[in-house]
Amino acid sequence: MASKWARTGAWWIAGVIGMVLSGRAMALEWNLQPPVTPIAAEILTLHNYVMLLVIVIFVGVFGVMFYSVFAHRKSKGHKAAQFHENTTAEILWTVIPAIILVVIALPATKTVIWQKDTSNPDLTIKATGYQWKWGYEYVQGEGKGIHFLSTLSTPQDEIVGNATKDAHYLLEVDHPLVVPVNKKVRMLTTAGDVIHSWWVPAFGVKQDAFPGIIRDTWFRATKTGTYRGQCAELCGKNHAFMPIVVKVVAQDQYDAWVKQHQEQVASAAEDVNRKWSLDELKAQGEKVYAANCVACHQATGMGIPGTFPPISAGNPFQASPQMLKELEDRGFYKDGKIVMGPVEHHVDIVLHGIPGTAMAAFGKQLSDTEIASVITYERNSWGNSGGAVQPAEVKALRK
Amino acid sequence: MSAVLDTHGHAAHDEHHGHHGPYGGIMRWITTTNHKDIGTMYLVFAGFMFFVGGVMAVLIRAELFEPGLQIIVPEFYNQLVTMHGLIMIFGAIMPAFVGFANWLIPMQIGAPDMAFARLNNFSFWLLPFAASLLIISFFVPGGAPGVGWTMYAPLTMQMGVGMDFMIFAIHLMGMSSIMGSINIITTILNMRAPGMTLMRMPMFCWTWLITAYLLVAVMPVLAGAVTMTLTDRHFGTSFFNAAGGGDPVLYQHIFWFFGHPEVYVIALPAFGVISQVIPAFSRKPLFGYASMVYATSAIAILSFMVWAHHMYTVGMPVAAQLFFMYSTTLIAIPTGVKVFNWVATMWRGSLSFETPMLFAIGFLLLFTLGGFSGLVLALAPIDIQLQDTYYVVAHFHYVMVAGAMFSAFAGIYFWLPKWTGRMYNETLGKWHFWLTMIFFNMIFFVQHFLGLAGMPRRIADYNPEFTTWNQISSIGAFGFALAQLVFLYNLISTIRSGAKAPDKPWEGADSLEWTHLPTPAPYHSFETPPVLK
Repeated sequence: MASKWARTGAWWIAGVIGMVLSGRAMALEWNLQPPVTPIAAEILTLHNYVMLLVIVIFVGVFGVMFYSVFAHRKSKGHKAAQFHENTTAEILWTVIPAIILVVIALPATKTVIWQKDTSNPDLTIKATGYQWKWGYEYVQGEGKGIHFLSTLSTPQDEIVGNATKDAHYLLEVDHPLVVPVNKKVRMLTTAGDVIHSWWVPAFGVKQDAFPGIIRDTWFRATKTGTYRGQCAELCGKNHAFMPIVVKVVAQDQYDAWVKQHQEQVASAAEDVNRKWSLDELKAQGEKVYAANCVACHQATGMGIPGTFPPISAGNPFQASPQMLKELEDRGFYKDGKIVMGPVEHHVDIVLHGIPGTAMAAFGKQLSDTEIASVITYERNSWGNSGGAVQPAEVKALRK
Repeated sequence: MSAVLDTHGHAAHDEHHGHHGPYGGIMRWITTTNHKDIGTMYLVFAGFMFFVGGVMAVLIRAELFEPGLQIIVPEFYNQLVTMHGLIMIFGAIMPAFVGFANWLIPMQIGAPDMAFARLNNFSFWLLPFAASLLIISFFVPGGAPGVGWTMYAPLTMQMGVGMDFMIFAIHLMGMSSIMGSINIITTILNMRAPGMTLMRMPMFCWTWLITAYLLVAVMPVLAGAVTMTLTDRHFGTSFFNAAGGGDPVLYQHIFWFFGHPEVYVIALPAFGVISQVIPAFSRKPLFGYASMVYATSAIAILSFMVWAHHMYTVGMPVAAQLFFMYSTTLIAIPTGVKVFNWVATMWRGSLSFETPMLFAIGFLLLFTLGGFSGLVLALAPIDIQLQDTYYVVAHFHYVMVAGAMFSAFAGIYFWLPKWTGRMYNETLGKWHFWLTMIFFNMIFFVQHFLGLAGMPRRIADYNPEFTTWNQISSIGAFGFALAQLVFLYNLISTIRSGAKAPDKPWEGADSLEWTHLPTPAPYHSFETPPVLK
């Protein structure tokens, strides 16, 4: 028996040494990510302290047990003692763990209070979780008024295996959040549809984002760099595909970014009365579609039967009779075609979504020009032929 | 299949009740009110659901073997994750321990059967219907709901009719648990043999008595949560919809008020089995019986006061974060007391290491390890980093699989002779143990590192930095699944043609089913109560 234990143990040790020596071990992560905020550093310290304690207790208790396993076995002739209670022991092994827990709880208490203190921030940013991207709005402090969407930028080809994945696969976005170093940033979180959660491990920050509620948390990044996190609450099919990227930059770089962004916003401030050509609308609409609609309605416009309706011409729609009736009542489903109903209804659905389904209200996320272009694109693709929709029409239909 | 029919006793019954002898075939199983038959049905059902849930787990781990989407689309992945959880919790581990309760409680207290024999039958037969609803939900439009076993609102509002199937299945399973619990409480409190005081009854009965109270208290709360989800979905209510004046966080409070005691519903009967197995194989009485009773009661009571440790990231006020952190760390104390008492039972005993004891020792080691990761998670500042990551997945699989499931295996190997009259193959049993032990740790130990490194849970795809641990975990899953086939083979060949078991195969076992009943136990036992000195 003893040699069997020794053999098993030897294999385990060999395995661990092998892994450690192999190059892959270098890529393996064993602990929390390197902290770049004082709170993350405190969390790491607390964790290491508790780990040490827990290992000591584990080795102690199971050292005793394994000693017993070897020394007190019947096959070695050991006869059983018959004691079966000891009040002193019970008291000791109740009180001593209690004291240990109090000792752990003290630094933890301090950290909880510290984590919750979002007062006097230098900068306040609102993060809104959508299915499936983040929206950021700088609501107070330098950069106030800047707002943009931050969407996964990993190409579909990499996801399905037609292209090699790079180092930031699933952790890269088109528009990262930019914040200045060494400033207290208060993050407000909310959501547009279901519960999401804003998490950046290097900051030690995670805050759930609820539709209809505003929560807050805060961080002060002490090192410049790019830090990546992910949505941390199951939010539907693309929960894995809505990362968070934060660039922490020196103050002067932040000033420059703010200036540049505000200029961009000003120059792109749409002339809602501009008349675009059909081709211009379709070209822009294709981009908007790829960033916002393709996840559900697919690149072919065919949707997913039973779940996401097709918006290409002549495709019978396999949905519940209830959904068909609702779409028919709204004039959106006609002659077996989804998008050939009146323009007002098409715009209405894109602006306000369909409550109780996954169809989001894009009116809050997209500008009049973007909506006009994507609807034009849809009404002129995949066998549909429906003419152009101008931004002014969309604006008129917003209520 | 299992118990021998006591035809002698039955002949006497015939004159009284006028039926024409025991049913054979399928009707026997549909109409039985015998606690042994019903226990067998619960265990067989649980075993079957364990394999169904296991196939889902293997599919999940196959997709996660490498970054990228290879075999499953994300919406189906979410469905698998959801159903794996529900099936394992409500279809496998809970019914398994109810099967143990049915088989053992009457025998261990010297009673002829459960207090409400027909209710017992109904409690079981609700389950196959509930399970069918769950499985059928994969095939309705929209598929099974992809909301996680926790079913948070408002994501549940977006699901198709599969969500309603799930809600109905949960109602049925809840009814089954509540009725079963009423049965267990009534039986234990009223039908103990003379001389079997509460403080003399086996620890397994104590843990089930306490568990039954937990179930009666919390299953209605779950029913409330899913019913509110149903009315929000279909009847215009706004319990969880802020726009209508409600609150999504309300769902979480209600769900976890059920959800936390639920995990002790799973753990306590497991503790009870271990408290029978370790003394038997140490040939020494359970150390600290009274302490064990008090510790189990303390765990049960405390379990009602900790629920929001599942909600440390929702944004509760400081006072609430601290309260739940303190109450959660407090639960470590009675749990630790139990672990110390089990080790003290082994200490200076006369130990042997047949398969039940191997699983019991595996339980001690790995459940405690899971308890330690729970302690780490209990600390709110650390939980901010680890909530909704693979660290949590590792934690609960350690306590529920290496904890509860190992205990169930220990119990099955321990009591199989009593149930069937046959001895299982000890070599195959040991192979099953060691393979399960090694592969279990391969799957889940590395998941602690994944969580620490920053991998969220419930994701179908991940960044390549997480690849190595995911590959080790997936290989472990495939090995673990194959290892269970060893168990299945052993079980079936034992039942069909195993060696005949002696009356007392375990010399250290001292509860009534071992000391006062033959092996296998007769179909009707203790029709007159035993005399206890």
